[in-house]
Amino acid sequence: MPRVTFTGNLQRLVAAPPAEVAGATVREALDAVFAQNPRLRGYILDDQGALRRHVSVFVGGEPVKDRKGLSDAATAEISVLQALSGG
Amino acid sequence: MQKLWVATRKGLIEIRNGDVANVTFLGVPVTQVYARGDEVFAAVGHGHFGAKLHRSRDGGATFEEVKAPAWPPKPPGPDEKDPMGRVIPWSLEQIWTIEKSGDVLWIGALPAGLFRSADGGQSWQMVRALWDREERKQWMGGGYDVPGIHSVRIDGRRVLCGISTGGLWASEDAGETWELRGKGLWAAYNPPELKYDLNSQDVHRIAACDAQPDVLWLQHHNGAFRSADGGRTFTELAVPPSSFGFAVAAHPRDPQTAWFAPAIKDEKRVPVDGAMVVARTRDGGKSFEVLRRGLPQKNAFHLVYRHGLDVDAAGESLAMGTTTGALWTSRDQGESWQELSKDLPPIYAVRFG
Repeated sequence: MPRVTFTGNLQRLVAAPPAEVAGATVREALDAVFAQNPRLRGYILDDQGALRRHVSVFVGGEPVKDRKGLSDAATAEISVLQALSGG
Repeated sequence: MQKLWVATRKGLIEIRNGDVANVTFLGVPVTQVYARGDEVFAAVGHGHFGAKLHRSRDGGATFEEVKAPAWPPKPPGPDEKDPMGRVIPWSLEQIWTIEKSGDVLWIGALPAGLFRSADGGQSWQMVRALWDREERKQWMGGGYDVPGIHSVRIDGRRVLCGISTGGLWASEDAGETWELRGKGLWAAYNPPELKYDLNSQDVHRIAACDAQPDVLWLQHHNGAFRSADGGRTFTELAVPPSSFGFAVAAHPRDPQTAWFAPAIKDEKRVPVDGAMVVARTRDGGKSFEVLRRGLPQKNAFHLVYRHGLDVDAAGESLAMGTTTGALWTSRDQGESWQELSKDLPPIYAVRFG
């Protein structure tokens, strides 16, 4: 049951509390969060389901490698953050 | 009471009685606004977290997020690229224009997708007949990395789209089929073979006369034009002191009257001689008056962007906002202007509602 947390910068726009969800991959874990909180999805993913360009996701401190498919294994806490690239 | 809505880099500003009455989305880019009566739509552009759409049903006192248009799944295969080699995303980057006709809401976006909603933004349909045109892959960014639809005009079953850069597209059957229009437009920035190529014309903004919607005014990257046949053919206009600019506003009843906001040229996007002016024609573009009363006449660096000039439903009041945060209004068709502020954020759009 990975834990998923979201950047505080998101909280002013949409409710995004930490969640404990089932999921073997980052995709499965995020989908489980979005199933409970559908509005959140469009803030994290683009229309094709890839990570938004200026959103970063870490698993246990390592950035995910598959930003489109999100197939990285959900082996530790998943942190959804705002990349500095977006200013 | 007439309200004026100002969409800015740092929020949505509501003007009443010549003063700021309310600010919503403080600190957040609001890329477009549409208002009729108590219904207000605000396009919000969260840089990191995407473009969203909010609706108010109480005149802007409160807003709720509704669905933003979204691209359908991209067919499998490599990324699409424009002629510059840039990837064309199948994903909403910015809401560039919002229009409503009857109960149908229309959005033109960056990239250049056209969307319609018949339920006030609860659900959206992309107009695939335009997006699926083969010519779409030749469109290029104009002002942004990706091409976009900045002007949408609905009259009955006619839909017109102005695209930077992708010319003027028209449908006479509510978006089922499309054709390129714009004979008479020409592009100084293109190689000679493409000078008159309709699909690569950089249309900056289109405005139509409500009473005679066959009359279109068009500000183009290298000139100003008028059409009297729904955009099929255009006549070039000589706008003083310069035919370059982004914005144009059409009188809602008089097809001979329109206003332009000239700047020197594409590589010098500032007023001619540092003097802010508006050019008005009342004879269909044969002649223009240069209006400057109340506008700064020296050391002015203002630029009016595509949606930064609007006229009210009566055709009497005008509003003009600039990328350097100045806002003026006129109650006499532009004869004289009142400065509301020079201290606003960069202004993307002004709109009476």
